[in-house]
Amino acid sequence: MSPTLRTPSGGRINRARTVRFTFDGRELRGFEGDTLASALLANGVHLVGRSFKYHRPRGVLTAGPEEPNALVAIRRDAVRVTPNLRATEVELYEGLTAHSQNRWPSLKLDVGAVNGLLSPFIPAGFYYKTFMWPRRAWKRLYEPRIRAAAGLGRAPEHPDPDSYSNRFAHCDVLVVGGGPAGLAAAHAAAESGARVILCDEQPQLGGSLLCEQDPGAALEDGAWLARTIAGLMAHPRVTVLTRTTAFGYFPHNLLGLEQRLTDHLAQPDPAQPRERQWQVRAREVVLATGAIERPLVFPGNDRPGIMLAGAARSYLNRYGVLAGRRAVLVTVSDEAYRCALDLHRAGTPVAAIIDVRPQVAGELPEAARRAGLPVHTGTTVVGTAGRLRVKSIRIRKLDAHGEPRGAVERIACDLVLMSGGHTPSAHLFSQSRGKLHWNEALQAFLPGESPERARCAGACRGIFSAAAARRDGENAGTLAARDAGLVVGAVIGEPALGPAHGAAASGELPQPAGRPVSKAFVDWQNDVTSRDLLLAAREGFRSIEHIKRYTTTGMATDQGKTSNLNALAIVARQIGKPIPEVGLTTFRMPYTPVTFGGFAGYSRGELFDPVRTTPIHDWAAGKGAVFEDVGLWKRARYFPRPGESMHAAVTRECQAVRAHCGLFDGSTLGKIEVVGKDAVTFMNRLYINGWTSLAVGRCRYGILLRDDGFIYDDGVVARIAEDRFHVTTTTGGAARVLAMMEDYLQTEWPDLSVWLTSTTEQWAVIAVQGPSARQVLEGLVQDVDLSAAALPHMSVAPGRICGVPMRLFRVSFTGELGFEINVPADFGQAVWEAVYEAGRPHGITPYGTEAMHVLRAEKGYIIVGQDTDGTVTPDDAGLAWAVGARKPDFVGKRALERPAMHSPQRKQLVGLLTAEPHVVLEEGAQVVLDARAAPPTRPIGHVTSSYYSATLGRSIALALVRGGRARMGQTLYVPTPRGNLAVQVTSPIFYDPKGSRQNA
Amino acid sequence: MLLINCPYCGERPELEFVHGGQAHIARPGSPAECSDQQWADYLYRRDNIKGVHAERWRHTHGCGRFFNALRDTTSDQFLATYKIGEQPPVPAQAQPRKATA
Ligand SMILES: [Zn+2]
Repeated sequence: MSPTLRTPSGGRINRARTVRFTFDGRELRGFEGDTLASALLANGVHLVGRSFKYHRPRGVLTAGPEEPNALVAIRRDAVRVTPNLRATEVELYEGLTAHSQNRWPSLKLDVGAVNGLLSPFIPAGFYYKTFMWPRRAWKRLYEPRIRAAAGLGRAPEHPDPDSYSNRFAHCDVLVVGGGPAGLAAAHAAAESGARVILCDEQPQLGGSLLCEQDPGAALEDGAWLARTIAGLMAHPRVTVLTRTTAFGYFPHNLLGLEQRLTDHLAQPDPAQPRERQWQVRAREVVLATGAIERPLVFPGNDRPGIMLAGAARSYLNRYGVLAGRRAVLVTVSDEAYRCALDLHRAGTPVAAIIDVRPQVAGELPEAARRAGLPVHTGTTVVGTAGRLRVKSIRIRKLDAHGEPRGAVERIACDLVLMSGGHTPSAHLFSQSRGKLHWNEALQAFLPGESPERARCAGACRGIFSAAAARRDGENAGTLAARDAGLVVGAVIGEPALGPAHGAAASGELPQPAGRPVSKAFVDWQNDVTSRDLLLAAREGFRSIEHIKRYTTTGMATDQGKTSNLNALAIVARQIGKPIPEVGLTTFRMPYTPVTFGGFAGYSRGELFDPVRTTPIHDWAAGKGAVFEDVGLWKRARYFPRPGESMHAAVTRECQAVRAHCGLFDGSTLGKIEVVGKDAVTFMNRLYINGWTSLAVGRCRYGILLRDDGFIYDDGVVARIAEDRFHVTTTTGGAARVLAMMEDYLQTEWPDLSVWLTSTTEQWAVIAVQGPSARQVLEGLVQDVDLSAAALPHMSVAPGRICGVPMRLFRVSFTGELGFEINVPADFGQAVWEAVYEAGRPHGITPYGTEAMHVLRAEKGYIIVGQDTDGTVTPDDAGLAWAVGARKPDFVGKRALERPAMHSPQRKQLVGLLTAEPHVVLEEGAQVVLDARAAPPTRPIGHVTSSYYSATLGRSIALALVRGGRARMGQTLYVPTPRGNLAVQVTSPIFYDPKGSRQNA
Repeated sequence: MLLINCPYCGERPELEFVHGGQAHIARPGSPAECSDQQWADYLYRRDNIKGVHAERWRHTHGCGRFFNALRDTTSDQFLATYKIGEQPPVPAQAQPRKATA
């Protein structure tokens, strides 16, 4: 390690502990407490990356989360590679392996840098303008090349092996930011009795004070910092979260915090989560998010070795690292002189202080002059030189009008420090929908009013001095506790501020007129220059939101933390409008990037989604059933025998139902118990059918419409008693039908005395279907006469089976003699097994949803959502017979009276038979009139269901076809990749149209 | 995630609720007497308000009750929640707070 770049003493690093790490394979050393950036600088490494578009060499610009350049990939092992981490935030650990990004073959020799030579030809909007034609080439040619040439790190290719946790928390006061304002706020709120959460993205509390050689002097109170931190750590009402970024501010004071638990450890415990995401609901929020130093815009301001003044000061005072051997400071404010003075004291020669202001007479500039530092006032920067590291800077005197006039002077240096003042970090405040107001003196937007219970303190509202920020925080913390409902003592009030509590400039430094300025970067991460912005303005863009998208300024992963205000100022000046009128782009979450793992939390693998299984699930699984997902349900799709294909299994299952008997798990069917003295009135108003005439013990196929007249759901409805209906719904419709019922009951007809109860999971439903169904059940069922006369098709009877209470339905979704046994869910599997055993002599065969679909399609029974699509009326589906014609009203009735609902040209449900009996149509295929029709052509309908029917020995299909019922016997065509297939229009009922089998 | 004050249960997180669209749109008492246009208006026409909006919510994963709420669509702040059948209260506009106060 080069001893000259590490100060002999000082800083907050642990010099007793050396840490070895590698950067691009090179073995280097740092100290415990270093960041990757500080350790690289200590080793003299400034070149850390290549820029996004031009592949220009880039160095460390900042010392914090706003870093746009120093993005690295950290590799722990083959699968743990995290790209795009800011080296300024990566804590050094023993064995850390870091790689630069966006360069090939190496950082120093990058072939992509030819983009930089071409840069005069890559203006704003270049990608939009150049690569527009031909359209196909964009996808195949341009985009892959551009992505390969210009890009950030590479995404990991393997599943994330780490675990992530999440936690919900409530508190009286959440304080974001552990600098002087935040510490004081948390302390004051806690002392007032509030439950406090304090979070800070850094590993240590202290914020800007960590960069001070003597925090006590900055605070004007030597012991305060240590005392306050110790007090907070020990406080029973305070939760301190370090390494925790508040990344999002959501409505009603909900904040998202991402806590990094293991990334800083050399040997993380694999059992520990890598990160924990907090969702904190706070009564009151204090934002003490600090401020970010603003770069200056001048030609060649992006070379390695050019950084923010405050960053260099931070590397010196916090990490004991000298960022260079010969420094030049470029500034517009007095504050930045502190950096030059500190470097001077540490022994780094300061070759010049370039101050754009014509006169400078503050306390700090005077101190610099007394120290013998050459101060050039009224001077601008017109260029820099140096390929992989800055070598010199060119300056020029400004005349009385602020125009560069004097001779160009070149100053040799390897470090350029710049300061355009500070931009308050209003990201979270703005996310809370707080309004920002322009402050001319600070050249910055400051927090105004928020609809949330939030307040700002310290530098994030323009109070930059540590002592004043501390007082501001104390005031904010006390007020937050008061507003959270606690009794507080005296309120100290806001700190008094002098008139010159800050100074800043925005926009570009003065440049000679008439000559285009090149390589004056505004957005380092997206490679946007002042010239790009001026071009966009000249091309007619006026809204900053449009300019942002056109030039991509502020659209990189840093969200323009260092660039937005300069961009705004340059555009405002060009179009001759004040900055607040040009507006500000929207701040969006996350403040800094958050891992996907953090958002996923525990919701991975088996915990990704809840799984619903029926009481018969384990039996089906034991029989080798193949399951399909229907909503959250697992349903048995078919029961293959060893070696049997799906087609063969479905054929066997269908044939068994038609010839003998099948056993089907219908438990997922939605079930709603409708009870009360007005139950029949309720059903009459809701469903299209007439219910008054339905006798107790009988069932009816019910259809539910929306009030727009289109089919919403269907299902068998049984009248269990005068005042009690057992309503079934589709599997997927159970929840929404109940919600719709509740809606009408609670909001339209609150006068009706009706109770609605979801009973979907209370009943197991065992369907026994086929010619032998009655014989199978005869020995098991008690208290019910199963004869056709006593229990005809579409009836229901209470009774017992195997001693278990039951509702026995005589219903059929297969067209065969059928029963559906409803028993309490806990008895489902036992009864199922008893039925299966009793049925074995009769050849009983369990069948799945696939066979169920074929069997119902053979009978022309629709499936809502498959054969209907939200534009199908009962008449379209051939169900007009179900409408209770004499009812004065029901949901959907008025809409059905619109003339368009009676047009003979509506799409109607029909059957289709292919001319080739073994060809099975694709579901969703279009239906056309003309044998020679080729795209583009106008379809007259589409196939909704299509299967091979083993029973019929041919394929069958259901379709919705315009004017379909008037087309019986016509030949239509279904376009396929192999040509148009001829199909004949038929009735949708293919099997047993008279229904004699189900009535047996 | 919003915090919603169910008039029956109190304050609960938004994920217990389902939004139910604009409030105070009653189904016409005699649909047969409505013109096609009136029926279409009832079915489809809704306000798109920037400001205070009366809307329905259902505490689906709680008491299951529908209720109404006044919410400022610009700030997502609720000004009031009230039971079905009640008239909307006319609350004082919520005042945004100064960030510094
Ligand atoms: Zn409730």
